Amino acid sequence: MQDLTDAFVELIRRASTQLPEDMQKALREAKAQEEPGSAAENALETILKNVALARQNSTPICQDTGTPIFEIYYPFGVSTRALAEQIRKACAIATERAYLRPNAVNPITGENSGNNTGEDFPTMHFHEWDKDELQVYLLLKGGGCENVSTQYKLPDTRLHAGRDLEGVRRVVLDAVHQAQGRGCAPGVLGIAIGGDRGASYIKSKQQLLRPLDDENPDPQLAEMEEELLEEGNQLGIGPMGFGGKTTLLGVKIGALHRVPASYFVSIAYMCWANRRASMRVSGEEITYA
Amino acid sequence: MRKLTVPISEETIRALQVGETVSLSGVIVTGRDAAHKYMIENFIHTNGQPPQSEREVYAALKEILGDGVLYHCGPVVKKEGNTWHFVAAGPTTSIREEPYEADVMEHFGIRAVIGKGGMGPKTLEACQRLGAVYLHAIGGAASLIAQSVKEVLAVHKLEFGVPEAFWVIRVEDFPAVVTMDSHGNSLHKQVVQQSEAQLAALLEK
Repeated sequence: MQDLTDAFVELIRRASTQLPEDMQKALREAKAQEEPGSAAENALETILKNVALARQNSTPICQDTGTPIFEIYYPFGVSTRALAEQIRKACAIATERAYLRPNAVNPITGENSGNNTGEDFPTMHFHEWDKDELQVYLLLKGGGCENVSTQYKLPDTRLHAGRDLEGVRRVVLDAVHQAQGRGCAPGVLGIAIGGDRGASYIKSKQQLLRPLDDENPDPQLAEMEEELLEEGNQLGIGPMGFGGKTTLLGVKIGALHRVPASYFVSIAYMCWANRRASMRVSGEEITYA
Repeated sequence: MRKLTVPISEETIRALQVGETVSLSGVIVTGRDAAHKYMIENFIHTNGQPPQSEREVYAALKEILGDGVLYHCGPVVKKEGNTWHFVAAGPTTSIREEPYEADVMEHFGIRAVIGKGGMGPKTLEACQRLGAVYLHAIGGAASLIAQSVKEVLAVHKLEFGVPEAFWVIRVEDFPAVVTMDSHGNSLHKQVVQQSEAQLAALLEK
């Protein structure tokens, strides 16, 4: 396969500077719902202006360009080691061009590597599939919303949350309340039910790559996504936590098998700047979405 | 919309109320996690007698922060020749500085702290006692806010890394909302109480 370093730089640029259309639509609809002249409406207006400006000037939507998380689906025979090297190189170039902020800090020495590469940084997950093309998804996950992301272990006595979907509902609503505006509301929730702690967190973040208007193939989870979106918004936290009708823009739920003893619910909170982009390489042709 | 110009008088600050939108102009400085740790260790624990190596930074910060503004922000910057430019510069989460901010505000005579997410009771008490406010910028509105940064005047402690350094900037019409005022009011406290009641009602179902 050809060297894709430049293509990865372009993928990063798009993710950092262009908010996906479904997110923009959701923000516009949210603005229309808020009280005219309220702090909530004002915040959403500023957000929309910022989104337009970032796209126009090719500058980051948010200065916290987060942890770059790459989900790579590759055909049989492609070297994942070569792809990983190209992705790391692309991160360094994108940092030089100010599409990314230097965001990789050594936790022992406190030193910032200066180029967004480091130990297990950026995050990359490789999946071999049976298609003859390469598909790469990128999520830029900011630190503010990562800090309000959380994991519950059911049963949870404080919330009277048992090991069933009603228990899941209770802890998710608690998580939204706990987050207040600090995850840069209105946010999107990626939720994973089950798994061990690690797998559960990864799955919850992968939910954030789903478009807002897709339909969960599991009808029970599809219903729950709608219900939690509505109930989350009833909390009245509002954009930036200023109070208002829009606290969440989307809820996406996935499930994975668990061991009998554990029942984890992981909640990945994503800020309104849900920066996701994807790229497909089919032969010589590269397309972005 | 009320226009504020740095330095800001105590009287002007005391007139501000929670929920008001403001537009800020003048010279301000950024500082976040590493900056707060540094200020506490070098300036406050030493009662304003920093080690020789830090005196220059101290003098510079004292001049800007007296009746001045501290901005919780870790920007994306670009260097062209010898000049720095702010490319993206939204606020970072302020609550991480809650253990330190009241002391920093008092030490320097800060009139406004800008950030996102609000701060806790210790800072709210300091706002009331010292005559200061917390201004909430729109989280993530980084490209827009960067446009109100007209000039980078200096950078201190760049060895902390770009996000953590003290960036001295001149801003024009920086937009923010007063969410904690000098009268003991906090919009954050109100919203938490309301959402707590809503949550209790939803969990009753």
